Amino acid sequence: MNETFSVKKYLRNLKLPFCPGCGAFTVMNAFLKAVHELGYEDLSSFVFCSGIGCSAWIPSPYFIADSIHTLHGRSIPVATGVKLMRPSLNVVVFGGDGDIVGIGLSHFIHAARRNLDILVIMVNNMVYGMTGGQVAPTTPFKAKTTTTPYGNFEQPLDAANLAVVAGANYVARWTTAHQNELKEAIKKALCLNGFRFIEAISQCPTAFGRRVGFKDAGEMVKWFKEKAIPIEQAKKLGEEDLTQKIILGEFIQRKRQTLTETVYSAIKEASNVEEN
Amino acid sequence: MKTAKQGVYFWQGSEACAEAAILAGCRFFAGYPITPASEIAEHLAKRLPQVDGIAIQMEDEIASIGAVIGASWTGAKAMTATSGPGFSLMQESIGYAFMTETPLVIVDVQRAGPSTGQATKCGQGDVMQSRWGTHGDYSAIVLSPNSVQEMFDLTVKAFNLAEEYRTPVILLSDEVTAHMREQVAVPSIEQIEIVNRKRPKPSDKAFFGLTEVPPMPAVGEGFNVAVTGSTHDEYGIRSTADPLVHKRLVERLNNKIQNHAEEIAHVESYNTENCKIGIVAYGCTSRAIYEAVEYAETKGIKTGYVRLKTIWPFPEKPIKKLAESAEKILVPEMNLRQIFHEVKKVAEGTAKIIPINKIGGGELITPEELLDIIIKEAE
Amino acid sequence: MKKIEIRISGLGGQGVVLTGQILGKAAVYEGKNVVQTQSYGAEARGTTAKSEVIISENKIGFPIVRKCDILIAMSQEALEKNLKDLKENGILLIDNSIIKIVPKTNAKIYAVPATEIAEKNFGQKLYANMVILGALTQITNLVKEKFMEKAIKDSLPGKSTSINLQAYKKGIESVPTFNPR
Repeated sequence: MNETFSVKKYLRNLKLPFCPGCGAFTVMNAFLKAVHELGYEDLSSFVFCSGIGCSAWIPSPYFIADSIHTLHGRSIPVATGVKLMRPSLNVVVFGGDGDIVGIGLSHFIHAARRNLDILVIMVNNMVYGMTGGQVAPTTPFKAKTTTTPYGNFEQPLDAANLAVVAGANYVARWTTAHQNELKEAIKKALCLNGFRFIEAISQCPTAFGRRVGFKDAGEMVKWFKEKAIPIEQAKKLGEEDLTQKIILGEFIQRKRQTLTETVYSAIKEASNVEEN
Repeated sequence: MKTAKQGVYFWQGSEACAEAAILAGCRFFAGYPITPASEIAEHLAKRLPQVDGIAIQMEDEIASIGAVIGASWTGAKAMTATSGPGFSLMQESIGYAFMTETPLVIVDVQRAGPSTGQATKCGQGDVMQSRWGTHGDYSAIVLSPNSVQEMFDLTVKAFNLAEEYRTPVILLSDEVTAHMREQVAVPSIEQIEIVNRKRPKPSDKAFFGLTEVPPMPAVGEGFNVAVTGSTHDEYGIRSTADPLVHKRLVERLNNKIQNHAEEIAHVESYNTENCKIGIVAYGCTSRAIYEAVEYAETKGIKTGYVRLKTIWPFPEKPIKKLAESAEKILVPEMNLRQIFHEVKKVAEGTAKIIPINKIGGGELITPEELLDIIIKEAE
Repeated sequence: MKKIEIRISGLGGQGVVLTGQILGKAAVYEGKNVVQTQSYGAEARGTTAKSEVIISENKIGFPIVRKCDILIAMSQEALEKNLKDLKENGILLIDNSIIKIVPKTNAKIYAVPATEIAEKNFGQKLYANMVILGALTQITNLVKEKFMEKAIKDSLPGKSTSINLQAYKKGIESVPTFNPR
């Protein structure tokens, strides 16, 4: 804890794949710093699952750890199999908004409903970045993307609130402009049980920022800061006042029974039942 | 009751499959309800917890096979069971399991497709899908049981092949074979051949190459294994542009199966060296050949058959042998010609290949129908 | 005994499938080769249902019954639907508390008021299938009584075992009417 933090301790000696200014660097840093501050000398008690997209590359294969880079949208099902069979491991999912709440949405909802004991960190850059900037389920209304050249005609999804409604034990949202809060939320989530969801609003200067009129990554981060409103404050405001805002903070923290608890108690019961 | 004891049981095909899976060491099942495969899920939901295993119903078939892949990487033997529509949904993940060398077993209890088709009725329309269903250059191992005993035996074999070759294996069953009840002889656990996966030595680092079938670590063992469905080198590190890495990986994945095609390909043969009429059949349809051949012989027609227990890799050798003796080879199937084309590829020019096809309503090709054609073709 | 093919037909909910399963299981206990199949899906409760059992000393090839040696009918509709598949001079066993008209046939007909016996002795119709199995044992001795009893015990564990066994016994003791007109 007292030693100086360096991400290198946890990373393979490989060149990272992210564009300059990408928010993935910030999220990766926040996670590894959280791990460091919690006293993990290495990542041997973790398993990382990720899908397809830039954010899925945060752990895979860069973390010196077990990592399963799955198909697009399928990180949570794979994490389900891992966690159920190895409940002692910390299973963490990294993914983008397209991966987690686009193609993988139903898995996300069901994992929250089951209260599966995993931490999902969703890097929400509001766009399909890896494929060149197509509209995502999280893209703001009217925003121009390569597949909405006249502006997005759909409303974005509120993933954090969805996770709350679905049954997650812990939900928080921060942005890459709130590095310390993000790190603290990750630390907290790593110490809790059940389904934990952290949404990190992030910048994609290459495939999104440019098109919606930001000069660079720094401008986007500044924009996050300006639009941010703490959840406590947001609760006092009406829907209309919040349309242009990013609501930040802890959405919920509770202690619902988790899936590994209920599954293993069911096994215990079954082994007591006499075969008829 | 833990695993099934030695003895003779009267089991449904699905039950025999589930019990065999448990005896083979399967401790994780994930599935989604679908006719006519749900009985396997139901049976394992009851039985797996009794042997400290886990059975879970997921939100769809994609999630089911995903969870099975995750479980397999913890070192567990794992399986799922489905039918046509669910099998279609699993195809992308079957490719992933192949690419990442994840052993697992998928049971496809075939029904009459395409689409929802006749959900409760038997069919054999997934034969080519089981071979070519996922995208890219892929080699499949597919087994085809034709009795409840074989639902048992070939489920054990499916797990063994999955572990031996570190690849997904498909048990291509059908509604009739999975639903009927027959006597099953269960050997003692010592008599059942069980293959376990090759584990790495502490110093091993190459889990995706260097040897034909590399050792497979489990997560949480300190190997820091990087698993990816993207093209990767021997150490699991993504290599998305190097043509040589791709060629090396994909050729090895295919060769590790194709180079052992003859060992994997099992058939039941009868009178293949001395017949005028030959039959190639598999699964429920092959249940008609025994009586048809018996009747044909009483009429003086020399008849032989090759019954496929392995469908993929396709058992070319026994079929070539059959074609050397038979003038004509009948290929009865409950689809509109699938294995027919494979038999043709192997034996055309040596023998005349005649398709017999019946679809709809789950009606099997009967021994009488087959006999009529044997008599006609023998004239 | 070379190969005997039995079809059990009735209405969904009468336990037709279970009856076939018990018969099949008993034959396996006796060391025979057995295949049992059942109609599945479209025929739900209230409509006709059937279960087929093939019992043989030798390996059984085709698993589906086309022509049966024994037909058990537990409803009028099931009888009319399945009689055509009974072999010439085959055995027809009917529940004559339900079936009132038997179409013209060369079969050897046996009638047992199984439902009536079940209701009168055990207060519930649902034991009729056990009475029928008992009658089948008495008429054909297809599978030895002790194996039938073991199959009933193993298939219906718990509280209902003894009533089911009693119903089976009642079937054995019953006096089937032969060739009723």
